[in-house]
Amino acid sequence: MTELKENLKMPEQEKLVASVSPHIHSGVSIRKVMLLVIISLLPATFAGILFFGLPALKVIVLSVLFCVFIEWAWCRIDGRTDDWKDFSAVLTGLLLALNLSANVPWWICPIGAFLAIGIGKQLYGGIGYNPFNPALVARVGLLIGFPKIMTTWMPSLNMRDSSHPLHKLIYDVDATTCATPLGVVKTAVSKPDTVQNVFHSLCNFDAYLAYLKGDMPGCIGETSVIALLLGGVLLIALRLIKWQVPIAFIATVAAISGLVNYFSPNTTPGPIFHILTGGLILGAFFMATDMVTSPMTTKGAVIFGIGCGLITSLIRIWGGYPEGVSFSILIMNALTPLIDKFTLRKPFGFRYNENKV
Amino acid sequence: MIILYSILILCVVALILGLSIGITAKYFLVEQDPQVEKILSLLPGANCGGCGFAGCSDFAKSLSEGKAEVEGCPVASAEVRKLIAQVLGKSVSDYIRKVAVVLCGGSNNFARKISEYNGIADCRSANIIAGGGKACRYGCLGFASCARVCPVNAIEICDGLAVVHSDICIGCGKCVKACPRNLIKLVPETITVHVFCSSKDKGVDKKKLCDVPCIGCRKCVKVAGEDEMLVDGFLVRTNYEKGPAADLPLRAGCPTNCLGNSFPYSYKKLSKGLIEEKVA
Amino acid sequence: MNYSHDNHLYFYGGVHPDDSKKLSACEPIKDAPLLEKYTVIVGQNIGAPPKVIVKKGDIVKKGQKIAEASAFVSANLHSPTSGTVSAITEIIGVFGAIVPAIEITSDGKDEACESTKIEPSKASPEELLAKIADAGLVGMGGAAFPTVVKLSPPKAKKIDTLIINGAECEPYLTADYRLMLESPDKVLRGVAIFAKILGVNRIIIGVEANKPDAIENLRKSHLLNEYGIEVKSLRVRYPQGAEKQLIYALTGRKVPSGGLPMDVACVVQNIGTSFAAYEAVYEGKTLYERVTTITGSRVVKPGNWRLRIGTPISKAIELCGGIKGDVAKIVAGGPMMGLAQISLDTTIMKSSSGILLLGNEEIIQYRNQPCIRCGNCVDVCPMELLPGPLSVYIENERFDLAEKEFVMDCMECGSCAYVCPSKRPLVQHFKRAKAEIIAKRKSQQLSQKAK
Repeated sequence: MTELKENLKMPEQEKLVASVSPHIHSGVSIRKVMLLVIISLLPATFAGILFFGLPALKVIVLSVLFCVFIEWAWCRIDGRTDDWKDFSAVLTGLLLALNLSANVPWWICPIGAFLAIGIGKQLYGGIGYNPFNPALVARVGLLIGFPKIMTTWMPSLNMRDSSHPLHKLIYDVDATTCATPLGVVKTAVSKPDTVQNVFHSLCNFDAYLAYLKGDMPGCIGETSVIALLLGGVLLIALRLIKWQVPIAFIATVAAISGLVNYFSPNTTPGPIFHILTGGLILGAFFMATDMVTSPMTTKGAVIFGIGCGLITSLIRIWGGYPEGVSFSILIMNALTPLIDKFTLRKPFGFRYNENKV
Repeated sequence: MIILYSILILCVVALILGLSIGITAKYFLVEQDPQVEKILSLLPGANCGGCGFAGCSDFAKSLSEGKAEVEGCPVASAEVRKLIAQVLGKSVSDYIRKVAVVLCGGSNNFARKISEYNGIADCRSANIIAGGGKACRYGCLGFASCARVCPVNAIEICDGLAVVHSDICIGCGKCVKACPRNLIKLVPETITVHVFCSSKDKGVDKKKLCDVPCIGCRKCVKVAGEDEMLVDGFLVRTNYEKGPAADLPLRAGCPTNCLGNSFPYSYKKLSKGLIEEKVA
Repeated sequence: MNYSHDNHLYFYGGVHPDDSKKLSACEPIKDAPLLEKYTVIVGQNIGAPPKVIVKKGDIVKKGQKIAEASAFVSANLHSPTSGTVSAITEIIGVFGAIVPAIEITSDGKDEACESTKIEPSKASPEELLAKIADAGLVGMGGAAFPTVVKLSPPKAKKIDTLIINGAECEPYLTADYRLMLESPDKVLRGVAIFAKILGVNRIIIGVEANKPDAIENLRKSHLLNEYGIEVKSLRVRYPQGAEKQLIYALTGRKVPSGGLPMDVACVVQNIGTSFAAYEAVYEGKTLYERVTTITGSRVVKPGNWRLRIGTPISKAIELCGGIKGDVAKIVAGGPMMGLAQISLDTTIMKSSSGILLLGNEEIIQYRNQPCIRCGNCVDVCPMELLPGPLSVYIENERFDLAEKEFVMDCMECGSCAYVCPSKRPLVQHFKRAKAEIIAKRKSQQLSQKAK
């Protein structure tokens, strides 16, 4: 028989917390998820600053600051004073910056931030309620509102060197602006006699290397495929995104462009060109996989990826714009609730055939 | 010349469109029952669903078809009911409008908490988890499930207690269904004296859990007229069929202050009759 | 730590919390000293509560029946000690609501009432079943379903497999583990009693691989061959011990939605229940005590105690030397499915497998931020549901949509809320939805009958 000691310390009853089970938690939080995604974007950010210099840094910093400010202000007005601390505005700001060209005027950043955070996210009620990817809402809004500014690209710092494989893309004498490879392809397709030469100059081994490194004109974050892939692999390894979306997206674009190129070589370059240029890798790994706006089921994720790839290829090959990734992701975002509804899986032990049971 | 042609063409287009609107308005007209329209104009128009139908126009249609009774609308006053009954050619009995009242006085100031509740801020959900933190198992949880369903925003949560503004309340009854502890009752709007406690525990136990319970001392029963206050176990409640005079809380000397008037009426300033006074 | 196991069927989902069992895994089971007063809660089982058959002032002996099973799905209740019934009262129960209870004041003598032992090899299955019913056995794993009902399936359902749940997948709990370690033969004999009642050929005991010494202990016993029992080590994953997932891992059969294990010819029993069956049949003991793990970072000396039904939680905490530091939560059961307690006067029931004292930094702080559709919950739900969208429907009171998306299949295991970054109290949403749907179905049934 054990003796019960006197004066033992007992719990205070009023301070006990009553809540539903489970009473322990794995420690994951929205802030941690956002931080990990930001970390996976850092290689692409550094590549962008490396190849485009200080203007890129300026755009990134302004974009992030304005996004955080607008989120803080909007949440304060709305009475939700703690919502801005979850780092989602920082992530949106970074993604928006990576989608802009390095030579945009500074005032594009606050307008883009307002479109992204205000219209694209807070208007719907904040995080979790927005149907469209906020950074893409801003990008497309800016593209339609300021088309000339959003389609003048800055050459990367090394492109002024005449030995650079893409040197001939720089058409301005002062070498401050140039076209992107996709833009050049779009104009070249209308001239059937020279189209194959243009394709050749853009689709050779040295050019591919330049695309992989990121030493090419384009948005700050979309140029360096290797940096983006590093981040993308990190995201998949940490199980933060569904790998089905980027793989389906890229595979569909490669398949369609490969098929079209095989049957009609003058319409579009081959699949490797399509994969390595434009915002495809950035869009597939970081924008299409945005958790709030993409389907929750794996079957749905595959359909989402294929749909994005289909629309991107259509716009790129036959549409009016040279690049279709942003539009395709926004269109598929609109279809996400429908995809979720039709790919709902059955629970464990679902009675498929009532008679058998 | 071009200007002349443009004006001419636009005029012709306008004429064609106007004619088609006129023809459609005449030949595709949906006949509205004039009786339904008259009833609809008489109804309060709150669209609260208290009648059980999908809004006032649905109720008006059902009334004229004979599928509903005039008494079905809890919001309409006695005169409006008489008017509607006249339109239908029926008669209707006398009626005193009902308003809602939350029969609990346990705000955070007075009611003790038994534990810290951490979960969804909704009364029906909180009630499942160990009574949502309030010590009294009959008391108001204060998470505003009733306030959210009120179509006219008549319920305010003051310091963790739901209070109905009886001057705004239309008596639709949605809050009664929302409360998981059945604290809200629909009472005739002329009776403003209530016992703000619904606890069936013993008086001694009740005082441990809350500072303003009804301990069943029956002082108010003795002071009030016959049968105006009813005794129900350890609890006293107003007889809503034969209500006491509005100044009863002043005369009765309730020891725990659980006897009071419905918000925003106050029993003070009696000589001039009931005055609407915002209770602190 | 990676434990090797020999089952090959993995159920979908599940989570892997730190099992925290080392706090009490090495503590042998100790008998609690006799108390002055025991308050036995009347309604301890699923189904109808038993009818109280004693009144204030009655003298009772230890193990004497004080409440009688009132329906088919009900169980007897017995006194934990000898003494007087001092009151038929009410206390705050484990669910936080006030429940009826019988207060028994001990006379210090702890005399047992008369009992009969049965030799199982000479008894018929019906006699064994009657003894188990008489002893008031219920599922001791936490569900408290009357054992006699589980062992009497309708004639139409043929049973061919008896599965014994030794998984104890909840963190912190070590009661079943210690039973398997210290009294393997008694547990196996109890299992054999169940097997004889059901008349099955195949008996499997499933134990999670993080208890290798318990598995070895069971496998060393000669009774394994005598009774034809298999012991399988299972993958360590919560909720491996959930009935449906356990049956799937051991036999590959899926219990249909809304169905019971007998629909796939299986019966599942707990290790603690098997031990209680041994005591009921071989020693004639009725169910009035059980092994409970009292643990947590805030307990001075965690341990496994054999407590009598009706022991207040405050006394149980005193047994372990009181608390150190601030206690934020007292949980009855395991941390994933257990119930947070609001009163120290609540008493131990037949299903109280553990009492945890947790501090502020260990418990979850629910915040109910919006669902960010990250899909963590979809990856871990063992019933293959979509908990995130379900909770959004329920927040907006669309219980019809929630019902269409199978919220009634949820077993409230808590895996989804464990991994939710928005700290949403998902299980509370589902409890609310289930209550509303059941109420609506009832009112629909009533209105159908009225027609």
